[in-house]
Amino acid sequence: MGTLLALWNGMPAYLQTVIVLLVEVLAVMIGVILAVAFLTLGERKIIGWMHVRHGPNQVRLFGLPFFKGLAQPFADTIKLLLKEIVVPANADRTLFLIAPLIALVPALSTWAVVPFSPDFVLADIDAGLLYVLALTSLGVYGIILAGWASNSKYAMLGAMRSAAQIVAYEIAMGFALVGVLMASGSLNLTDIVRAQVGGALAWNWFWLLPLMAVYFISGVAETNRAPFDVVEGESEIVGGFHVEYSGATFATLFALPEYANMILVATLASVLFVGGWLSPFDGYLPASSPFAQPSFLWLFMKVLAFLFCFLWFRATFPRYRYDQIMRLGWKVFIPLTLLWIVVECGMAWARVGPWARLV
Amino acid sequence: MASIRRITQTLLLGELWRGLWITFKYLWKPKFTVHYPEERAPQSVRYRGLHALRRYPNGEERCIACKLCEAVCPALAITIESDVAPDGTRRTTRYDIDLFKCIYCGFCEEACPVDAIVETRIHEYHMENRGENIMNKDKLLAVGDRYEAMIAADRTADAPYR
Repeated sequence: MGTLLALWNGMPAYLQTVIVLLVEVLAVMIGVILAVAFLTLGERKIIGWMHVRHGPNQVRLFGLPFFKGLAQPFADTIKLLLKEIVVPANADRTLFLIAPLIALVPALSTWAVVPFSPDFVLADIDAGLLYVLALTSLGVYGIILAGWASNSKYAMLGAMRSAAQIVAYEIAMGFALVGVLMASGSLNLTDIVRAQVGGALAWNWFWLLPLMAVYFISGVAETNRAPFDVVEGESEIVGGFHVEYSGATFATLFALPEYANMILVATLASVLFVGGWLSPFDGYLPASSPFAQPSFLWLFMKVLAFLFCFLWFRATFPRYRYDQIMRLGWKVFIPLTLLWIVVECGMAWARVGPWARLV
Repeated sequence: MASIRRITQTLLLGELWRGLWITFKYLWKPKFTVHYPEERAPQSVRYRGLHALRRYPNGEERCIACKLCEAVCPALAITIESDVAPDGTRRTTRYDIDLFKCIYCGFCEEACPVDAIVETRIHEYHMENRGENIMNKDKLLAVGDRYEAMIAADRTADAPYR
């Protein structure tokens, strides 16, 4: 231990920074991957309960007699990684194998700018929100390339649907974020959280409720989750862009990015609209109270609530028809967000809500 | 007026909230699922599962090779050949049931004048190789010998309703 400490102190400062950063990055990535694993379990459990079933309850973690089914995601992962990767004969082999990585990398690298707590964010960059928007739109390339490289009609159709859907909802989502920018006056995610300080009613949702609804529903559409999962469309295109994928490529193309993006959308919704790591009781309880302190746990609880909504929607709503998805995106959400931005301009002019402190 | 109400309902997602409320209530309801290998649903004494050939208490085969079961079988799953046994009685030399052809209708059991062929309540059986789906006479008699107590109890329980 002493020698390790001596080694650490003997290192040049830049090397220490690099090591600390690497450890932080690894911690976040492993955290996200573990969260993805347990989200798949949570999804199956919660949807099962809503169907009046039990969900997975056989695979136990280390054979413990409680929390039955807790090890299910690990069993699934091991199974997927051990399975054969089948590359179709006429597929574009290189692209077919690279596409899952193209889908995976943006889904994980977006986490760099997410503020987890008042003093922990990997990269506190000023254009954080732009970085998030840029990377989330990159993720669709993985899906399009997967569909194209598979050399299959179904995969191609699924990829095209995904592209059209993401273009349609990215615009509404962008406009919803413009509303947040107007309220907080910054693109830096930490600053956006700090601009909402002062209890549950000071958060952005109170003044931007329609934008929050549009953002979250667009997020559901953009992660291709039910009820917007025509990209997979089992009944029409047998599984969409991932129809030819198996084993580890399936896990990295479909499972990991989809669930990582779900968690990301939930986290961003918490950061942008319900005050990220801020406490809801801030300002209502004395400042010394432990419940009034900003902390990672508040963010965690908010993210869990949003993720529950994802699963809840999937258990409740039937799949949209494709033209209805397009209608909702182009003809309802975009006008709605534009209208609310006009309303916001009115509020900013009248100096109410989040603009009151600007004076 | 009606159209205004309709538009407000659509914008406030009225119907969607109603649907969400229903699934939310179901989230807390007790679950019906029977944990199958640990718990079992009640089973009727008339359950028609794996076939068995029975013997009389003195060990003599019940089957007299009348071939009524072979004749009544709608799926032609039963094949019987018969001959005179050394003791001068009429006995089967071959009694095969193809479990893949069998539709478990229970007609063979009803047709049998001596209650020799029966369908037991055993439903957990499997085959691992081709050909194991043919239950020959030895296998059928073995099932009958092994589960005779259960088979007899089931027949007795059901006798008043026959």
